[in-house]
Amino acid sequence: MATVEVKHLTKRFDGNATPAVDDLDLATGEGEYLVLLGPSGCGKTTLLRLIAGLEQPTEGEVFIGGEPMVGLPPRARKIAMVFQSYALYPHKTARRNIEFPLRAAGMASDERARKVEWASELLGITRLLDRRPRHLSGGERQRVALARALVREPDVFLLDEPLSNLDAKLRATARDDLKQFQDRVGTTTIYVTHDQVEAMGLGDRIAVMAEGRIRQLGTPFEVYDDPADTFVATFLGSPPMNMVARNDVTVGFRPESLLPKGVVEADADAVSVAFDVSRVEYLGAERQVIGTVEGLGPPTRAIALLPANVAAPVPAGETSDFVVRGADLRFFDKATGLRASRMVL
Amino acid sequence: MTEGRRRYLLDREGVLGPLLLAPAVVYILALVGIPFFLAVGYSLSDVTVGDPSFDYVGLRNFRAVLDDPVFLRALRNSLFITVVTMVLVLVLGKILALVLVQDFRGKWLVRFLVLLPWTTPVSLATIAWLWLLDSLFSPIDWTLRWLGLLEGNLHWLGNDTLAMASVIAVQVWRIVPLAAVIISAGLIAIPPDINDAAEVDGAGFWRKLFQVTIPLTAPVMAVATLFGAILVFTDLSVVYVLTRGGPVDATQTLPTWAFFRGIQGGDLAQGAAVALFLLPLLVAMAVLILRAVRRMETM
Repeated sequence: MATVEVKHLTKRFDGNATPAVDDLDLATGEGEYLVLLGPSGCGKTTLLRLIAGLEQPTEGEVFIGGEPMVGLPPRARKIAMVFQSYALYPHKTARRNIEFPLRAAGMASDERARKVEWASELLGITRLLDRRPRHLSGGERQRVALARALVREPDVFLLDEPLSNLDAKLRATARDDLKQFQDRVGTTTIYVTHDQVEAMGLGDRIAVMAEGRIRQLGTPFEVYDDPADTFVATFLGSPPMNMVARNDVTVGFRPESLLPKGVVEADADAVSVAFDVSRVEYLGAERQVIGTVEGLGPPTRAIALLPANVAAPVPAGETSDFVVRGADLRFFDKATGLRASRMVL
Repeated sequence: MTEGRRRYLLDREGVLGPLLLAPAVVYILALVGIPFFLAVGYSLSDVTVGDPSFDYVGLRNFRAVLDDPVFLRALRNSLFITVVTMVLVLVLGKILALVLVQDFRGKWLVRFLVLLPWTTPVSLATIAWLWLLDSLFSPIDWTLRWLGLLEGNLHWLGNDTLAMASVIAVQVWRIVPLAAVIISAGLIAIPPDINDAAEVDGAGFWRKLFQVTIPLTAPVMAVATLFGAILVFTDLSVVYVLTRGGPVDATQTLPTWAFFRGIQGGDLAQGAAVALFLLPLLVAMAVLILRAVRRMETM
């Protein structure tokens, strides 16, 4: 097992003015599940490929287990990678696919067989071993790809959106499996995704990335509850955090914090707002209320998320009194977008 | 009403389809079908250039051809040249393809130069080779002499082995570009993730080449090989320009022997019989090509 650390890592591609990865520092803990989360084009996959050795950095350093890695090919790095497309060898059976890294390492055949059996049992694919990838379903392919990564017992797992090719239903169970699997093997894992639900559910910590930099690194609770800037605040959460401009700060509050007056016990710093409701969407477990908040700053569009057990009537087309508790308000500097100190409104 | 119907006649697939296909069908019938059946007819007759009247003689021509030691030599040479050429083409074409898919400065120039032999007319290029292999003024000999590796001349086209080697060299030279382009298309079609996966999985250059790249491009390589084999197997110009089949039939091939027999010797019937021996082998190669293509579709 090992930690991964990158220092001042920069990657520029020819013909691109802005670097894909921009002077980035990041360090994982031992056995940590670290998720790189960000919109497409934010550099998260490039960062992963730099760690894997599939790209060479323009500047900066990569360490795995404390050893400098820049200049070494992927095969010298004791890493295993699962690709978005799974990248199984189409002309080889599942068994041959899983065996491939072991053969490359020159392992004896009986030991190889034992390892393949161990990995395929762990992932529940023993009966699929003699099939070719084309005869496997998406979920089965993903497991074969994981088994291929697992057999080598690498120091680090690198996973590049391994769930994004699965349909929504399968994705939920695959996510469960992935988490259990990592708990069992306990290997340091770096997981790239653009899906915040995956990131929140799987990560010990999440690194939220944008434009080649890490905007915030923290536990799922930290990045959601106390976002470092307006980008993180609006990227995480669905619907995103409501933002209201007020003098030289931006005031943010989560949709689930905007509640009808009387539903929550207002704390000392609570603010009351007039919520001019334009539309109510009934979503089963909750109601999504869309409207304009007034009284905090200039009238601003906002969304409130009311759990099903909040029965207070919120008629569309009328203005209702809503409350946000003071503890649920977040403040950002209007000019820089960075988190500002708390204040009382 | 009928006026309107006629106006939309070309919109009907049943009309437009055959109409568009017709030129191709006429072309194939006129330039492939008729000569083919004519050749089959001639091979069963006693037609000569001097006496074009058709008399059926059964398989007499085929018996005569099979008893002819020159024919057997030509058949052997044809197979030998084709097989050796294709082995070399495959190896060199694969290497060239691996170079062509890399990114480097001046790539377009290299591509252009690689394709040049393919775009030059065969007979014209072969004449250039004729000068290169000249018994007195060969620049190859000159270079070898200059390097101190040779005294005197090699007589490239005057010696059995060297003449054969020369024919094969020219065939390889003109088929390699085609093979390289076809194979590089196959290489480009390999998903980049698979190459990355092989690298992460610890495969070095040779393992990647033999375990991943070659198996994945096998169908494309098969197509390139078979196309090349057909071009070499049926080629007349290289041997005709370079050696006229000589010295003493050492480089005689089926197409040249059929030509010398049928056209220059005037025995159209025997020439046709010789040429028809190409047919079973060509049919076999065509079937293999179609199979390889089908394998590509299901992969």
